[in-house]
Amino acid sequence: MIGFDRVTIRYPRASRLAVDDVSFTVERGRLTAVVGPNGSGKSTLVRALIGRVPLASGRITVDQEDMARAHRRRLATQVAVVSQREEALLALRVDSYVGLGRFPHLGDWGSLGARDREAVNAAMERTGVASFRERPVDTLSGGEWQRVRLARALAQGAQGLVLDEPTTFLDVGHEMAVFELLHRITASGQAVLLVSHQLNLVARFAQHIVLLHEGHVAAAGTPADVMQASILERVYEWPLVVTRDPAVGAPALLPLRQPRPPH
Amino acid sequence: MTRSRWSLLLLALVVSCLIATAVGTIPLSLAQLLRAMTGEGDALTVHVLRSLRLPRVSLAVLVGAGLGMSGAALQGSMRNALAEPYLLGVSGGAAVGAVTAVSIGAGAPVIPLAAFLGAVVAVIVAFFVAHASGARGDPKALLMAGVVVGAFANALIMIALANAEANTVRGALWWMMGSVADATWAQNAWLAAYIAVGGGLLVFVARRIDILTLGEDAAAGLGLDVDRSARLIYLLSAFVAASTVAAAGLVGFVGLITPHIVRRLGARTHRPLLVGSAIAGAALVVMSDLVARVLRPPAELPLGAVTAVIGVPFFLAQLRRFT
Repeated sequence: MIGFDRVTIRYPRASRLAVDDVSFTVERGRLTAVVGPNGSGKSTLVRALIGRVPLASGRITVDQEDMARAHRRRLATQVAVVSQREEALLALRVDSYVGLGRFPHLGDWGSLGARDREAVNAAMERTGVASFRERPVDTLSGGEWQRVRLARALAQGAQGLVLDEPTTFLDVGHEMAVFELLHRITASGQAVLLVSHQLNLVARFAQHIVLLHEGHVAAAGTPADVMQASILERVYEWPLVVTRDPAVGAPALLPLRQPRPPH
Repeated sequence: MTRSRWSLLLLALVVSCLIATAVGTIPLSLAQLLRAMTGEGDALTVHVLRSLRLPRVSLAVLVGAGLGMSGAALQGSMRNALAEPYLLGVSGGAAVGAVTAVSIGAGAPVIPLAAFLGAVVAVIVAFFVAHASGARGDPKALLMAGVVVGAFANALIMIALANAEANTVRGALWWMMGSVADATWAQNAWLAAYIAVGGGLLVFVARRIDILTLGEDAAAGLGLDVDRSARLIYLLSAFVAASTVAAAGLVGFVGLITPHIVRRLGARTHRPLLVGSAIAGAALVVMSDLVARVLRPPAELPLGAVTAVIGVPFFLAQLRRFT
């Protein structure tokens, strides 16, 4: 559904390319994850998808249509993005905030109709935020706020969902809840692209992983293809072993302590 | 915002207008006021009301409405609760234009145009400075650039006034201190037209301001053309603020205070916030002008000084909240 085709990105005045000749596709019904060390170009790919950084070469397509030529608001009805940071300055009620997700459908002047309200309610039910729909967003905890942002993206009614590190600052329980929700969204046939640092969770939930290193694709494929100690040690520059998750058999990464220097 | 709070806001504006129309060197009772409005009563009262008080109060309403809307739009789109035209160099640029026109002896009809041109130049320079710093469309960079342009505008005004004659200095000071004292109906008419167009367009694109408050990446994810929308809102706010400067000189802090008051009253999204800020700004400038007139009669205090005396403590209180 979303295709990155030989995408190359250079920031102004930067010595090396931020993203160098990266190609992969995000299919419907599959959770595709982009992982890699800090500065490897993960978030730059998301920012390029929403048109915030220009491509030096290559193209990004949504259902085969080049997004450089696509109308921005129509694109937002096809792909919803939960960016890394977002501010809650307006102190809106949760339901009004989730309603902002209908902007691509309503534009400057349209008001929420029955279909929009249905989409907003369904998104709130799916993310489990309907019970506190009347609370102002500036009173929410970190976990609630992340789920409300996810609800806002789901209310966009797009087939594609892109999330840039949605579980940063979340505890284990909230983090697992988000991953389980992403699993359900994928299972319902939507295309999900997840940028994450959580290699072990990605290995358990994603069907396809793209490992970036200094802007290049270092490895891509199933979790078993990518989660290999030899590849990960080279990319993360840290000794580690890869074991098996006892419950589901997915590869699990265990970084090692550095050997103590002899006295 | 609830209906009762809207009523409260409107009532504040109506009451402040009535008081400002009635109070003055010749005090008028409510009955006299109503009679004079229909053209009855003695000629002096009718003249005072129609040619002096009403145009003055009306101009104060328009100036306050424009500044309130401009401040609300700038605070939202720049995601900065301390943004307002006076602090962003828009007003400073307008004052440079006006003072330059005064100092080269330009006639009265040219001065508003010069103020307008100065504001436009200030906006372009601020954009250029922000762009040159490498922060494309970053509201913080634009805010910093605006403060710098404002400081530069002040320096230009001082240079322009260094060798000026006493009359020129007095004229220039009028611009820098702000006043609605010499209001005419013609001035009211063109300011009303400018504010209707600029403010109307701001209300039309208010939802984009809501989206911009989420942050640039989140706004782009919702399909908003972030740079173009931010530029449009900044230019419209500058247009509205500059037209108030052209009519009444520099009236600071109104654009800062009013959006905060209206937000406290419960306005969350920008459409009600812009309309509410127009009403609250109007009431604030009408009351400030009244204070400027009655505090030390027959002398009049500068309107800009009164709003600054109210605004600076407010600014400091906000600064404490946000740091």
